[in-house]
Amino acid sequence: MPAKLSPRPPEKHRGHGPLLHRVSVRWPGGRIAAEAIWDNRVFPRTDGAMTRKTILNDSHRALGAKMVDFGGWDMPIHYGSQIEEHHQVRRDAGMFDVSHMTVVDLGGGEVRPFLRRLLANSIDKLKAPGKALYACMLNDAGGVIDDLIVYWRGDDRYRLVVNASTRDKDMAWIGTQAASFDVQVEERPELSMIAVQGPAARERVLGLLDEDDAAITGKLGKFAAAELAGTRFGDLFIARTGYTGEDGFEVVVPEAHAIALWDALLAAGVKPAGLGARDTLRLEAGMNLYGQDMDETVSPYEAALGWTVSLDEGRAFNGRDLLEGQKRDGAPRQMIGLVMDEKGVLRHGQKVLTGNGEGEILSGTFSPTLGKAIAFARVPAGDVADGVRVDIRGREVPLRVVKFPFVRDGKPQ
Amino acid sequence: MSEIPGDLKFMKSHEWARVEGDGKVTIGISDHAQGLLGDLVYVELPAVGDSIEAGTSCAVVESVKAASDVYAPVSGTVTAVNTALADKPETINEDAYGEGWLYVVEASEPDQLNDLLAPDDYAELLEEDDH
Repeated sequence: MPAKLSPRPPEKHRGHGPLLHRVSVRWPGGRIAAEAIWDNRVFPRTDGAMTRKTILNDSHRALGAKMVDFGGWDMPIHYGSQIEEHHQVRRDAGMFDVSHMTVVDLGGGEVRPFLRRLLANSIDKLKAPGKALYACMLNDAGGVIDDLIVYWRGDDRYRLVVNASTRDKDMAWIGTQAASFDVQVEERPELSMIAVQGPAARERVLGLLDEDDAAITGKLGKFAAAELAGTRFGDLFIARTGYTGEDGFEVVVPEAHAIALWDALLAAGVKPAGLGARDTLRLEAGMNLYGQDMDETVSPYEAALGWTVSLDEGRAFNGRDLLEGQKRDGAPRQMIGLVMDEKGVLRHGQKVLTGNGEGEILSGTFSPTLGKAIAFARVPAGDVADGVRVDIRGREVPLRVVKFPFVRDGKPQ
Repeated sequence: MSEIPGDLKFMKSHEWARVEGDGKVTIGISDHAQGLLGDLVYVELPAVGDSIEAGTSCAVVESVKAASDVYAPVSGTVTAVNTALADKPETINEDAYGEGWLYVVEASEPDQLNDLLAPDDYAELLEEDDH
């Protein structure tokens, strides 16, 4: 029997490159496989490994989380209502277990030269220890292998945080690239990570620290990190970064202390939020999702990430040739932001029609803050002022082209 | 999970049907279904007067995470639709077996109702699926 109340067949994927896998939210027995939109970046596991669990797995279950497979990890998608969790982060403070993300520490005499080659953004923008940089790691053809944040920890010590779903290929690429430099690469699976986000997030975290540590952490500027030794939660690495468009911290904590930190945050009134809310928050904030908005067949310029490309003089980095050409001649495709005023939800893979040709919806979702559907789409280069439409189940619906972020500081743009 | 009302019949695909006093049949999706779909944000309903056929899609429910077809448990003519869902689709999350109904149909082949699952059988189905 065909599945009933089943997902619509996925709209034809017109992109290139690796298949964007969608993990099914399995209805028990597989009778209904609702297509989950936030986990498109999940790549098939090739090692046949068991689903992995973070140290907070039992904590999530005790809080009533609905768990799903995300890139080989058993992760909470929501704890009851994804939309409420979204609003909680926009209005107060929420926390996400992001321990599945990959922390990689770099050391050695040639780390900076290595990072100059590895990243399309310039590591030399980091003028002081403790500062962080968002950057794309490109292949030789200028396609995006992954996006990441690099933190300068001081001297020759750097920390990368890369996506969970791309861990294996990232580690392989970084390893290959590092071979010709004096660089040591060390993955840190024993570290957990909790992102505390929202207008009240910082004060809640500061309240858990002693006076001196709170003073140091409270002074952190945006995109900066502090290392606190010997706190009641062990040695902490606290960065004023995030993936929601809200202020807050991403806290790297030793696995042995992660549950204590999570529980302390709960007690301080920080509510748990799942990967579902994380996806709607980051899209409202105009942030890309690897595997959905860009991949190895897409250059940063085609993914609205031109601002992360530094064509600084004399720096040979992977993919520079292609980027130089696209800078000069223009990239063939562009990524645009879209809002649908009619009812319905924009979803990955839907066909987009413009005066310059067809494109497709990349990340698309219902925006809880705007109360309407928002999306990124990749379309042919050129002016889109003459109108953009989306094909939803055979019906053409007009869309508004907008600048993103769609939401800034909790307010619609 | 909330109790399954005894006067409902179910499709394996998680739609419910309730035979009303006037012989018409009210259709909705199960509490189990709404729970797995998550927050509903949009509902596409048939129009009053539409003819629908059992086993075919006649409505769409969209949650934040997925768009799903709702299949008709019985054939017939649509006599009413829950227009309140247009502004408050979350009603289905809050009250799947009550205020969250989708549409009412005048059944043309009421015998089709006999093919549906009784509440206990549906509950059993969900339980089996949990294993």
